[in-house]
Amino acid sequence: MSRLALIDWVLITALIWLALGIAGVFLAHRFTVISRVLFPLGAINSLVLGILALVGLLSETQELILPIGLPGLPFHLRLDALSSFFLFLLGATSAGISIYAAGYFRKSQSAVLGLQCLLYHAFLTSMSFVLLANDGYAFMVAWETMALSSFFLVTAEHRHPEIRRAGYLYLLIAHIGSVAILLSFGLMAGSTGDYTFDAMRQFADGAFWRTTAFLLALVGFGAKAGILPLHVWLPEAHPAAPSPVSAMMSGVMLKTAIYGLLRVGFDLLHAHTWWWGLLLLLVGLATALFGVVFSAVQTDMKRLLAYSSIENIGLITLGMGLTLIFRAFGMTGFASLALTATLYHCLNHAFFKSLLFLSTGSVLHATGERNLGKLGGLIHQMPWVAWLALIGVLASAGLPPLNGFVSEWLLLQSFLFTPEVPHGYLNMLLPVFAAAIALIAALAGFTMVKFFGVVFLGQPREEKLAQAHDASRLSRLGLLWLAAGCVLLGLMPNVIVSLLDPVMQLLIGFGRQLDARPENWLFLAPFYEERASYSPIIFFCGIVAMTLVSWLAVRRYFHSRAKRVPPWDCGFPLQTGRMQDTSEGYSQPIRRIFSPFFKRTRQHPSPFDAQPRYLSIVEDPFWYWLYLPVAWIVEQGTRVVDFLQRGRIAIYLLYSFATLITLLVLTRG
Amino acid sequence: MTPAIILSDALGGQLINLCAAIMLLLGFAMLAQRRILSLINLFMLQGAVLFTSTVIVAYTTHQSHLYWSAGLTLSLKVIALPYILHRLIRKLSVKWDVETILNIPTTMLVGIALVVVAFNVAQPISQLSGTIMRATIGIALACVLLSFLMMITRSKAVPQVIAFLAMENGLFFAATSATYGMPMVVELGIALDVMVGMVIFGVFFFQIRQQFDSLDIRHMERIKEE
Amino acid sequence: MNFYALIAQLIELVAALLLAPLLVGWVNQCRAWLQNRTAPPLLQTYFTLHKLFRKEVLLAHNASPLFRAAPYAIFACMALASAIVPTLSTNLILAPAADAIAFVGLFALARVFIALAGMDVGTSFGSLGSRREMLIGFLAEPALLMVFFTASLISHSTSLSSIVQTLTRTDLIIYPSLAFAGTAFTMVSLAENARVPVDNPTTHLELTMIHEAMILEYSGRHLALIEWAASLKLFAYSCLGIALFVPFGISATALPTDLLLAASCMLIKLAIGGFVLALIETLSAKMRIFRAPEFLGTAFLLAVLAMLVHLLLETGR
Repeated sequence: MSRLALIDWVLITALIWLALGIAGVFLAHRFTVISRVLFPLGAINSLVLGILALVGLLSETQELILPIGLPGLPFHLRLDALSSFFLFLLGATSAGISIYAAGYFRKSQSAVLGLQCLLYHAFLTSMSFVLLANDGYAFMVAWETMALSSFFLVTAEHRHPEIRRAGYLYLLIAHIGSVAILLSFGLMAGSTGDYTFDAMRQFADGAFWRTTAFLLALVGFGAKAGILPLHVWLPEAHPAAPSPVSAMMSGVMLKTAIYGLLRVGFDLLHAHTWWWGLLLLLVGLATALFGVVFSAVQTDMKRLLAYSSIENIGLITLGMGLTLIFRAFGMTGFASLALTATLYHCLNHAFFKSLLFLSTGSVLHATGERNLGKLGGLIHQMPWVAWLALIGVLASAGLPPLNGFVSEWLLLQSFLFTPEVPHGYLNMLLPVFAAAIALIAALAGFTMVKFFGVVFLGQPREEKLAQAHDASRLSRLGLLWLAAGCVLLGLMPNVIVSLLDPVMQLLIGFGRQLDARPENWLFLAPFYEERASYSPIIFFCGIVAMTLVSWLAVRRYFHSRAKRVPPWDCGFPLQTGRMQDTSEGYSQPIRRIFSPFFKRTRQHPSPFDAQPRYLSIVEDPFWYWLYLPVAWIVEQGTRVVDFLQRGRIAIYLLYSFATLITLLVLTRG
Repeated sequence: MTPAIILSDALGGQLINLCAAIMLLLGFAMLAQRRILSLINLFMLQGAVLFTSTVIVAYTTHQSHLYWSAGLTLSLKVIALPYILHRLIRKLSVKWDVETILNIPTTMLVGIALVVVAFNVAQPISQLSGTIMRATIGIALACVLLSFLMMITRSKAVPQVIAFLAMENGLFFAATSATYGMPMVVELGIALDVMVGMVIFGVFFFQIRQQFDSLDIRHMERIKEE
Repeated sequence: MNFYALIAQLIELVAALLLAPLLVGWVNQCRAWLQNRTAPPLLQTYFTLHKLFRKEVLLAHNASPLFRAAPYAIFACMALASAIVPTLSTNLILAPAADAIAFVGLFALARVFIALAGMDVGTSFGSLGSRREMLIGFLAEPALLMVFFTASLISHSTSLSSIVQTLTRTDLIIYPSLAFAGTAFTMVSLAENARVPVDNPTTHLELTMIHEAMILEYSGRHLALIEWAASLKLFAYSCLGIALFVPFGISATALPTDLLLAASCMLIKLAIGGFVLALIETLSAKMRIFRAPEFLGTAFLLAVLAMLVHLLLETGR
């Protein structure tokens, strides 16, 4: 046991997942074994990985060379603070998701469950390999495995044409991204031809090539993360996938893209150019604003969450951009504060978004409805899911004392230092970004109230909702785990922030930006306490104490029984569930205020219609501005080269022959 | 300019800064205003602030000719022009609502961008200027640009004229804060210009209303060479 | 010293709880005078609260536990908020626990609870009110945050106590940015407290309601708690405005004599503030609901401008 280093253990846990998946294929027809044994085992394995990654955060960087793959091209693996942090995120989140999945699958789905089990666990393994890879080759292999396994998971119900379409779109954009990443690696390895990350760190060609490599990486990883304008696959693929998979993709897979961007930008390219940061800020702002505005007008609950993921990725990108700017001007302390906010938000988003996706999974499971217009009142039938989802909703809306607020707080605090940036326009523009972040956070609150209110509160909008059932015990356990994570991350930020110190040392070369003296464990305070401080625990206790005191006092002095009566509603005699605000109605102000964002098709009934129909479709304008024109150009282009395709073998052979000759001549010259 | 001119006490400088901020605030308020009467009142207030700031500069730098220009501001911009404008709109029975081409929040957003640009553009000039309230040059420039923006985004003639007058306010403010006022002749000239401009505009209003039965200058698009 | 901080904290909390309904009563009285009506008694709010507390609670059949818990949570949020604002002294025991951003978060938390409670029974007016409340909220919240940011750029701190200390200590410096911030803050507080240009607290027409529409289904002690929380919110906002824009008199220590002086200053300022509020309400007409985003958007942009003006004029570059 002592001979195995930490990285070996991490590797073993990653491979155990794969083994569990393969076991699933062999036990394909035994539903109970897969759902009650293999998935829980996977969850335990996730926990082990999470703990190992925590140890990894605190210990030295370790490297390993695996002699697999092509001859002369072994897999280089490396476990440093950055990968440890993201492995921790992977382990901690997937533990909840796996245990949820154990209770999620229905007997009727058992036909494909074996395959699902394999793909799901292969997805987990590939993600851990992405985080461990230390050369371009291993990284790309893992990256593509991740894309493919998630593609098959998304298209699990491939009989529906729209799911096939979503899967195709996802695969297409994932591949555009992969090509960009590959080119970026190629540029960085270009001079030496050595694809290890160690060699790429030495990459020192001119500013132009460095910038090109960075931009390619931004496109590549941005396509995976859902950064504007490469986000279109996200709201299609997330709703199409089964809920545990959506949770995994949104909570964890998007973060691997963030990891990649951090790895390339900060570790390999040592970014020191301030306008890269500004670019990230602008792109992040556009993404976040776009995401939140679109999320507010969605009528499908999983699409709503998918757009909300886009928003959060935008916020994370904003944080990264700010870090880069601070770093470029040599303000390492502020840079590490901003990076702390960024990474903390990654972790928070992983927890609350998985929690929300899983609760929509339970709703979908219980009612078969994803459409917000056909749900409602589920807090009575599904109290567990509803109350746990409420935690996720509050966290996602960035409300204290939960975790979403902590990262927002840190991000806003770091923006408050921007007037000290020594650059004329920047020091005035950057505080304005803080204003935009405040707006985005407040809009997220609007969206989340809509989501929770329409799904869980009010009266049921359909008859069948009365038969809805709460989540199964294992699923509840998964939800509980994630909700507990949201609460704990919210209440004890100091623990996590001090754990992030090695990552700061690695990427910025400066840690301890927070006042983390032992006697100050209660307070989160950047630099020093007079500057700003926030104590979630006292805050939480304050609210709880006030609530309890007021409740006890009211109970003691004014206790009378509550009488149950029909709702009053200002005396309107007739009320049905359909007369409540629909989700379209709820988001009507947003559609109106932000109308330039949308491409809308509307059809309003006139007062004389015998069968009035109301239609309002809000579409993503990027389809029309960007994707359809590009598709058109591609189509035209293919028509031009169409004449090459003659259908005769001899001509195809001639093409190959001509290519061969040309290449030979070129290499000769 | 002698060193003695530099404001003796910090309080004067701060008051000028406050005036500058209020000028800008009023500039934005005019940009966001929907009512024509309030627009005129805001313009009057801006004139009053300009008057106050000129008096402060005059007092702290002991330059008597600035009192004259302050008086000119008071009589012209706080009393005469608002009175003429009030009479004009009563005579022309202009509609009370101001129509804007862009919606107001967007206009304000553009305005904020203009403020940032104005300040950064004004920075080299401010550094040349030795006066204590050099930051106000940026604000004055911003006021000018905001008024310009207002002229662009309003479709009716009266708000456009008010914007034009407000632009002159900004210029005047820049002059007092940067160089402690222009020579008297120039100031008188400008004042005369404004008066003449006002008269021309008055005539012009009546003309286009007779022609088109409206003060909407979009009608003017029709009178171009075919 | 810490003992004094604790005492000051408790005094503040108790004072807020007791005085908040009085402030509402005072505003109503001023409003009645200004509008040539006979004024209700100054203590009317207390009578109403007492009456509501003793009344029976009528709950809709499908009201969930969230509906019953929300009034207590909202009340707790508002009580905590008014305890955090440095009204009498900046030396408070809770001050380091929540800074300005957390303070805004606290209001947001209360808003989310009340909006969810409004949707819970599933009546058309309830969800209408909650939608409008969230609409007001998502515009007012960033504006308020930007007002705080301006103040914290001045004082290099987001802690409310430090901000107020800086502003009281350097009383000779005029901050032009605070003129912008003050305008924005006034607009935000009108909207947040359901006051006239945005909402009307005394309206009886359901279609124009915002705050009242949300709480239509509440009765008895629950309604009393919500009303009390609303008055606490008004109190907290007034105190905040006073602390940020006319802070003199707030003591940096928590010694009894200083507190006494601070309290008398406070009462006078609150009385004037209440009168000004009544004056604004009397002079303005209620806007259409879709003018409200424009109103608040202007407030938001003014607050952003305040920050810019601070950077332009006051950083001495």
